Amino acid sequence: MTAAGAHHPGGQAAALDAVRRRFLFLKIGVCCLAGLLILRLWQLQILDGTHYQTLSQDNRTRSILLHPVRGLIYDRQGVLLANNVPSFNLYVQLDDVPNREALLLKLADLLSLDERVLLRNMRDNDQGPRVRLKQGLTLKEAALVESHRFDLPGVGVHPEAQRNNPQGAYAAHLLGYVGSVSETQLTQEAFRGLPRSSIVGQSGVERAYDRILRGRAGSKLIEVDALGHEKRMVSVEKPRAGHDMYLTIDFRLQQLAEELLGERVGAMVALEPHTGAILALASRPGFDPNALSRGLSTEGWNAVQRDARHPLMNRAIQGQYPPASTFKIIMAAAALETEAFDRAATLPCAGSFRMGRRTYRDWKAGGHGAVNLHQALVHSCDVYFYRLGRRMGIEPIAASAERFGLGRPTGIDLPGEAKGIVPSPEWKQRMRGKPWYPGETVSVSIGQGALMVTPLQMATVIAMIGNQGAAHTPHVVRGIRARGSGAVEEWQPSASAPSTLRPAHLQSIRAALAEVVTKGTARRARSSRVAIAGKTGTAQVVALRSTTGDDVPREFRDHAWFVAYAPLDDPRLAVAVLIEHGGHGGSAAAPLAKKLIEAYMTYESVAPPAPPKASLSSRPSGPRERPAHG
Amino acid sequence: MGEQGLLRPRDFDGFEWGFVGVIAALACLGLLTLYSMGGGAGGSPWPMYWKQIIWLGVGSAAFLVMASLDYHALARWSYLLYGAGLVLLVVAMFFGQGVRGAQRWLALGPVRVQPSEFVKISLLLVLAFHYSSQTKPGWWIRVILPGLIVLPGFVLILKQPDLGTSLSLLSIYVTLLLVVGVKSRAFGVMVLSALMIFPFVWGGLWSSLHFYQQERILSFVNPQYDPGGHGYQGLQSRIAVGSGGLIGKGFYGGTQTQFQFLPEGHTDFIFAVFAEEWGFLGGVLLLGLFLALFLLGLEIATKAKDLLGALLAIGFVGMMAFNTVVNVGMTVGLAPIVGIPLPLLSYGGSTTIMTMAGLGLLFNVKRRRLMFLP
Repeated sequence: MTAAGAHHPGGQAAALDAVRRRFLFLKIGVCCLAGLLILRLWQLQILDGTHYQTLSQDNRTRSILLHPVRGLIYDRQGVLLANNVPSFNLYVQLDDVPNREALLLKLADLLSLDERVLLRNMRDNDQGPRVRLKQGLTLKEAALVESHRFDLPGVGVHPEAQRNNPQGAYAAHLLGYVGSVSETQLTQEAFRGLPRSSIVGQSGVERAYDRILRGRAGSKLIEVDALGHEKRMVSVEKPRAGHDMYLTIDFRLQQLAEELLGERVGAMVALEPHTGAILALASRPGFDPNALSRGLSTEGWNAVQRDARHPLMNRAIQGQYPPASTFKIIMAAAALETEAFDRAATLPCAGSFRMGRRTYRDWKAGGHGAVNLHQALVHSCDVYFYRLGRRMGIEPIAASAERFGLGRPTGIDLPGEAKGIVPSPEWKQRMRGKPWYPGETVSVSIGQGALMVTPLQMATVIAMIGNQGAAHTPHVVRGIRARGSGAVEEWQPSASAPSTLRPAHLQSIRAALAEVVTKGTARRARSSRVAIAGKTGTAQVVALRSTTGDDVPREFRDHAWFVAYAPLDDPRLAVAVLIEHGGHGGSAAAPLAKKLIEAYMTYESVAPPAPPKASLSSRPSGPRERPAHG
Repeated sequence: MGEQGLLRPRDFDGFEWGFVGVIAALACLGLLTLYSMGGGAGGSPWPMYWKQIIWLGVGSAAFLVMASLDYHALARWSYLLYGAGLVLLVVAMFFGQGVRGAQRWLALGPVRVQPSEFVKISLLLVLAFHYSSQTKPGWWIRVILPGLIVLPGFVLILKQPDLGTSLSLLSIYVTLLLVVGVKSRAFGVMVLSALMIFPFVWGGLWSSLHFYQQERILSFVNPQYDPGGHGYQGLQSRIAVGSGGLIGKGFYGGTQTQFQFLPEGHTDFIFAVFAEEWGFLGGVLLLGLFLALFLLGLEIATKAKDLLGALLAIGFVGMMAFNTVVNVGMTVGLAPIVGIPLPLLSYGGSTTIMTMAGLGLLFNVKRRRLMFLP
């Protein structure tokens, strides 16, 4: 090999020397850069190491709320009224989602939904970083989401317990529905401290006994990958299921009551006079609690809210109506308690009563002639009570109404009970700032005017009459069964408030009420199988000459009332029926009560309710989804 | 020219053993890191570390070939090689296979190659040959003509788009420019004029970047701004490095990697994976190995027997140092995420083979020097 330098130009050697001198700078430069990188590593790993370790922990662990399973609800015989079914719920962990809009569009496309619906769900359920986007996915939808999990960072489908009412729409108002706890609710005492996405009772028994039914949420800590999908469970605190409840309701009676009401708008209440236990609490129109518990769309909610018939309203405890002639029971009691009153004395009835410039008509055009208290009750003579009322004045009437529990909530263990109105001069001055007119006393005497009661209040009134004047607070819960231990705790009915009526007075009212059914206005409630006592009522909605005929528009027709108890001597059942715009109480309401009472007497004679302890404790502990008929 | 037989390890002196040892150590750390990540790339049944072993094997062959050839002969063919590389780039542009919107790959039977990696080596040969044969002064010869040589390769690769590789192409040019291209005074003038025309060039360069490249550079400014979005990679990478602490989370212990928070862990962000597992100590060791490699390379350049050899060595070391510093820099949040693999560690066939070939060239320069010693 020849010297390579020979064919290089002479300048090459000099250039090489010049180049070599600069290499030193390159060496220094490389060392400086390496030093810079090492300094940066020092900063990241040593100085800020703890900070980044925290970030790294947060990166890979997620706390997942485990919703508890709600307790089951049974009727008094063990018929299952509310249980839980598995439901696929769509969750998204927001901090795992790089682009929310893109994700929503993808999900909307996958589930054939409007992405605006999902967006609204995301906002509505803004419960921290983990949001329930949709409840109740179908199996196909769940599979679709799972198969696209790599395109859907942060999205997961979790099977959870969904409240379900196996009896469908029956007892919907009574049982109520469940839903996500709202921001407002979280500030209330009953829901304080609950996790944000908790499912809580929103009405009925679900709401009233939410604390017992809901159980306690658990949580699990999982390690996730960058797409937010679970890799490993770190720790778990299991949720505790809620306790089961037994209601006082007899589901057969409840079902019958709702079927009797059918398409009519109204309410039926049946209770045990000697305990206050509610056997049926029906309100029509109803709603589908399952649809509400699963979460309605906004359109669905609007439809329910706008429905002029107010299907969500529990008319049995929230509907307030003039009691009409059923109030005459209380008028009679007020009169009997007055020292000077002679119950044998008659008052004339010519079909109308004039006071001042106003004429008050009797429902019977020709009048009833001369009637005493007994006859006036049996035939529901209005003029007799007009006169009685004017003679007594408003104070003893209002006092008697209050003794029977009107004008205040009965104290039933359900939320949202209305208290009704017992008008008096003080009440009118307070509410309307106007003096009391004597004519108003006349109206109140036949249960009209400003007087307002709920069907439940009237049921407790008639129950008091049936129970020798003693009142029990109405209630719907019979006992609870503790999850886990299975121990059953029977709730004793409250002690009765002692009677304020003298037995002789009570006896004369009961005699009249019995005759109402045999000879009076409620002959259509007469039963060949059981002796029923009761009182009809026909409440005027507007002041028309005739308000019951078929030619009258429905919304102007009278409300039909019937309150009753049976059997006569030892009442087992007290019933109140109200049909909105139903017409005459005797024809529209009384037959329904009769059917309900007859059915109950059949149930009682065929299968007297088993002693509660035996019927309850015969069941093993733990969840039982299968209804067991007693 | 002179004949030189195949390399035989028993002929190695201590320096050469050190050089080969550092390379082997870096390659082994890369394999170890790939092994800890497990899994196949892109649904391939072969684990990544196995494929990387194959690439390293092929790369070693390339090393031996490049170390054995006469680099003067290579340099004389360099224009042809560079021209062929540019043609391949054009072909890739029209017939190439895209990965995430970038037309980088050319299918050659069962394997895909990145012509841009080949272009880097051939450009190094062209520029070193140019500067070693043209010793006359003058702007045209020393700055503008070489610049025009770089331009087509730079533009073609930038348009693929592959900002990182095009920048490392540029780094060869800039390195040679700094060591032989300009005199000290001219260097000062260049820096000044570069500062003055920068805003105008920047406007043109910026608009020529792809949207995602712009986003990446923007997000470098403030990655916390949108953790789920464009700053995501950088932030996750810093979390990985930072959470490694002093001694790291241990082999397999890198949660950022194992739970796939760190994207591109096997290629551009392999340093983050390594630093999470082995901590500050591991990071210093790795950077130390790289520093040793560069210093050894510079030593080879210093002791090269001719200008061509010196320039080949310095150009290659310059490019490799640029790649290393930018890669680690973007991993630790000191540089924008431009997409440059870490030499010898990052997974990838073309880049591994070409890096080994370049190191072979470096070894060649070292060997040639010996031939003229008594």
